[in-house]
Amino acid sequence: MTEPALEICNLVKHFGGVTASDDISLSIMANEIHAIIGPNGAGKTTLVSQLFGSLAPDGGKVRFKGKDITSLPTYKRSALGLARSFQITSLIMSMSVLDNVALAVQAHEGHSFKFWKPARKVETLRLRATEILQQIDLVERADSKVSALSHGERRQVEIAVALAGEPSLLLLDEPMAGMGAIESAQMVEILKQMKGEKTIVLIEHDMDAVFALADRISVLVYGRIIATGSPDEIRQNEDVRRAYLGEA
Amino acid sequence: MFSLSKNGRARNGWVNFTVLACTGVIPLLLYVAGQTFYLDLATRMVCLAIAAISLNLILGYGGMVSFGHAVFIGIGAYAVGIPAYHATYGEFDLIASYNGFLHILLAVAFSSLFALVTGAISLRTKGIYFIMITMAFGQMIYFFFVSLETYGGDDGLTIDARSEFPAVKLDNAIVMFLVCYVIMLLVIFAMYKIVNSRFGMVLQGAKDNEERMRAMGFNTFKYRLTAYVIAGALCGLSGALLGNFTTFISPEMIDWTRSGELIFMVLLGGGGTLAGPLVGAAIFVVLEEVLSSFTIYWHLPFGIMLILAVLFARKGLLSLFLKEDGDD
Repeated sequence: MTEPALEICNLVKHFGGVTASDDISLSIMANEIHAIIGPNGAGKTTLVSQLFGSLAPDGGKVRFKGKDITSLPTYKRSALGLARSFQITSLIMSMSVLDNVALAVQAHEGHSFKFWKPARKVETLRLRATEILQQIDLVERADSKVSALSHGERRQVEIAVALAGEPSLLLLDEPMAGMGAIESAQMVEILKQMKGEKTIVLIEHDMDAVFALADRISVLVYGRIIATGSPDEIRQNEDVRRAYLGEA
Repeated sequence: MFSLSKNGRARNGWVNFTVLACTGVIPLLLYVAGQTFYLDLATRMVCLAIAAISLNLILGYGGMVSFGHAVFIGIGAYAVGIPAYHATYGEFDLIASYNGFLHILLAVAFSSLFALVTGAISLRTKGIYFIMITMAFGQMIYFFFVSLETYGGDDGLTIDARSEFPAVKLDNAIVMFLVCYVIMLLVIFAMYKIVNSRFGMVLQGAKDNEERMRAMGFNTFKYRLTAYVIAGALCGLSGALLGNFTTFISPEMIDWTRSGELIFMVLLGGGGTLAGPLVGAAIFVVLEEVLSSFTIYWHLPFGIMLILAVLFARKGLLSLFLKEDGDD
């Protein structure tokens, strides 16, 4: 917990008259799980999209491991060690689970201008992909098409794909979205394994999960960070209670 | 094709083999039986099939709907016609030649170059804009050749002598057919390798979900552009063969309706399948022949058939016989 893995400096993003990111400054420390919570429409996904480069900010800077990445395209951020899971599952639906993860591994194994050898017979890719599927306990579904999976399983593949590039920083956009209680608990277990080893920015509505996992929490309301602190500090923060937790 | 069971793979292999065998053997048998005309039809079919297969790489596997693909047929054909013209009538000694290898080199080189330049621009756009811009580039080259009075302009150009290769005489109808057919087999084999390679996986992934592919770390633009250039080069090759076969070339080969016909072939036979475009080309050539003997308005019944095919065999006619992942 010495130097920040990700620094967000004065980030601003407008959509018409709406300010989705209102001068956000935040430092994400290396190997912490940093949760960002906030009511619907607070600008959480907008923030993640800017961190990952799918949206360009109107102002401010994003630094990753000390390097300014504000205007870097997404695929280059991925190469630097940033990975993202999507709030709305985004996978290659027509391919199998293993193919999806193997593709993500392939993305980080040099260029893919290899036209002859069958990709499904490249052992390094398949083995690594299988390892990751074991890690998230989904190996028995390896050969199923993603379109045939349940919602919860797809969410797990989403994590597997994000992990495949061995990123140093994971941006998880509501990994538990739409999950049942049992599936959520499973996901919490998966994420717990990574605690202390990976830097994770976690956006989540499931408060039980957030308080179980996060080292620090930031609360985003109307595009502004109103508080940052440990789970206990956030629980006791008056502003947060009023704005968001609703005495929950 | 994805993670298909052994049975499914074997079955699909047989379907593809049957299609390839039929398109090769039937025309030769008919020729031996004295029906020489059908061999010509088959040669045309095979040339168009190579063009359709090349389009299938970007359309069927890559999801890029190019409405200007026939331009590469034209470039390939003129790469034969123009050197042959100068070899006969003088001038432009640099390229004046009957040498077939030079013709093919020019066809592939110019097609690749054109694909690289126009692809780099077109692939910045998506969806309907991509369709329109590829069509616009095609029409530009169409009017470019119309304006070339030396080479017949609008009226086209008769090729006085076919490309010359050592020991292979394209003037013989059987040789012509076999050359085209073998090249088509090689192209299909190359396609099989490409779509299953790492490159092919990226291409197909980007068709399905480009945002995810970029998030994984792929610069999808570069991969798509490469596919576009490969498709252009192969289609240029088919144009060189077609020019040799018809010995008459004209800007009409490039017209956007020709590009539309190539799309028909791919969709009718089965986009994203290996032998689908060949099936599409076969059906197209036969229908064109049969229907146009009844009426000059043969596009009308043809169009109706296409609508039926799209409604009832959405993944193309060949897919009715192929096993897909999850079927078994």
